[in-house]
Amino acid sequence: MAISETKLSAGRITMAFQRDGKTTPVLNDISLEVARGEFLCIVGPSGCGKSTLLSAMAGFLSPSSGEIRIDGQTVTGPDPRRIFVFQERGVFPWLTVEGNIEFGLFALPRAERQKRISHYIKMVGLTGFERAYPAELSGGMKQRLEVARALAVNPDMLLLDEPFGALDSITRLTMRKELLRIWEAEGNTVVFVTHDIDEAVQLADRVVVLSDRPARIQQIVKVDIPHPRDISSARYLELRNGIFEQLGLAHAI
Amino acid sequence: MNSLAEPRKWERLLWPLLAVALFLAFWHYSVVWTATKVFPPPLTVLKGVGELARKGLLWRYTGDSLRRVGLGFGTAALLGIPLGLTLGWYPAANQVVNPVLQMLRPISPIAWIPVSIILFGVGETTAVFLIFLAAFFPVVVACISGVASVPAIYRRAGRNFGLSPLQLLTKVVFPAALPQIIIGLRIALGIAWVVVVAAEMIAVDSGLGYLVIDARNSGKRYDLVVAAMLLIGLIGLALDLGFRRLRTIRSVRWGFRDES
Repeated sequence: MAISETKLSAGRITMAFQRDGKTTPVLNDISLEVARGEFLCIVGPSGCGKSTLLSAMAGFLSPSSGEIRIDGQTVTGPDPRRIFVFQERGVFPWLTVEGNIEFGLFALPRAERQKRISHYIKMVGLTGFERAYPAELSGGMKQRLEVARALAVNPDMLLLDEPFGALDSITRLTMRKELLRIWEAEGNTVVFVTHDIDEAVQLADRVVVLSDRPARIQQIVKVDIPHPRDISSARYLELRNGIFEQLGLAHAI
Repeated sequence: MNSLAEPRKWERLLWPLLAVALFLAFWHYSVVWTATKVFPPPLTVLKGVGELARKGLLWRYTGDSLRRVGLGFGTAALLGIPLGLTLGWYPAANQVVNPVLQMLRPISPIAWIPVSIILFGVGETTAVFLIFLAAFFPVVVACISGVASVPAIYRRAGRNFGLSPLQLLTKVVFPAALPQIIIGLRIALGIAWVVVVAAEMIAVDSGLGYLVIDARNSGKRYDLVVAAMLLIGLIGLALDLGFRRLRTIRSVRWGFRDES
């Protein structure tokens, strides 16, 4: 993305959880800027606080100190302009595919709702499953449904929390491709949390590498390879191995 | 038959029917062999049912019992569901009310008989009130735990899409808790049907419960006593089967996956 207008800025975010009278620091002085239309991935060891950071960006949690600003405004709570996508567990099992996509559209007139429903059903390839319930869908289909539900409200930001973590590896590859296609078509700003370094380097404009808990930013890696990316290219491997090293992981298992 | 194989349709009907036939045979021959003069054999009971039908009591009493259960259970659901949802929604309110609720819950509706007679006199209202009490607590408790066990992820998703608290309750929390609420209603209906018999024995002069006590008191008609018992059992079974069908509704079926 050529435009480098700031969409989100996190300034000196610190967070700690209280449990059994003990304070556990989770995020340690995180400062970060995300450009409008950027695809940003956050990687880090499991349990390091990546999801906590994302929840704070969504407004579900408030930081202990520091502040997150989106479009210059301090984030104080959740907002339909930025939709948080969980693993496929977030779809509502009591609603059909149509019903799920329609969920966030209650303020719109009926005709507009119908238009968006059919548009996004087509976009995520769920045509023919309009009346199906989530229990009748596969994991990958449920994940696509959740993405469609998020996109239907025209959010300018998508916050994805390990969205493909529960999928099998083949579906996961397909979903990455789909997500890139959708992102290129819609132009949203995407913040994508994952523990999969390959996934991050395949998708992101920049990869933020977090340390162990309490998480701080170890490094921000710019992925200067145009899409579609050749994952056997020297540059790809160089970037990927750099992150592995940064996290203290060996090249060989 | 392999235990993993799906039983065929005629098999699913055959075995229960066979069990009923065996039970009736056992009953019949027990009466014959023991030469009891008090307990009636199945055929005499069947004649008793016929007599009730001819007198017009069968439908009237069944209808009366069903109406009382309908009123008591319906009121319990109407008041209990909103109360349970509210308490589940506001944990602070639940902490205040819960001790009282948990203390009232184990008191059998039968123990309320004297109090309800003072309040409502001997009559229809007392019977309905006792059934209401029996059904009310299971409904409230099911709603509280139903709401409490709604995954946080659903509430978050609801809030993310800009729902007001009331919308969140009606569009997310209620449908997410509905399978559990239905289970609670089913339990409550079962208890209500048990309690209607006791209520009718003391408070009114119609209904199947009244029939049990009246047939014994006026002439020791044990054929009618047993007939009433069997009717109570069969109608209870029918009510439960009817209620179980609710879970096949598509918007709640997801909540019953693990049950047979």
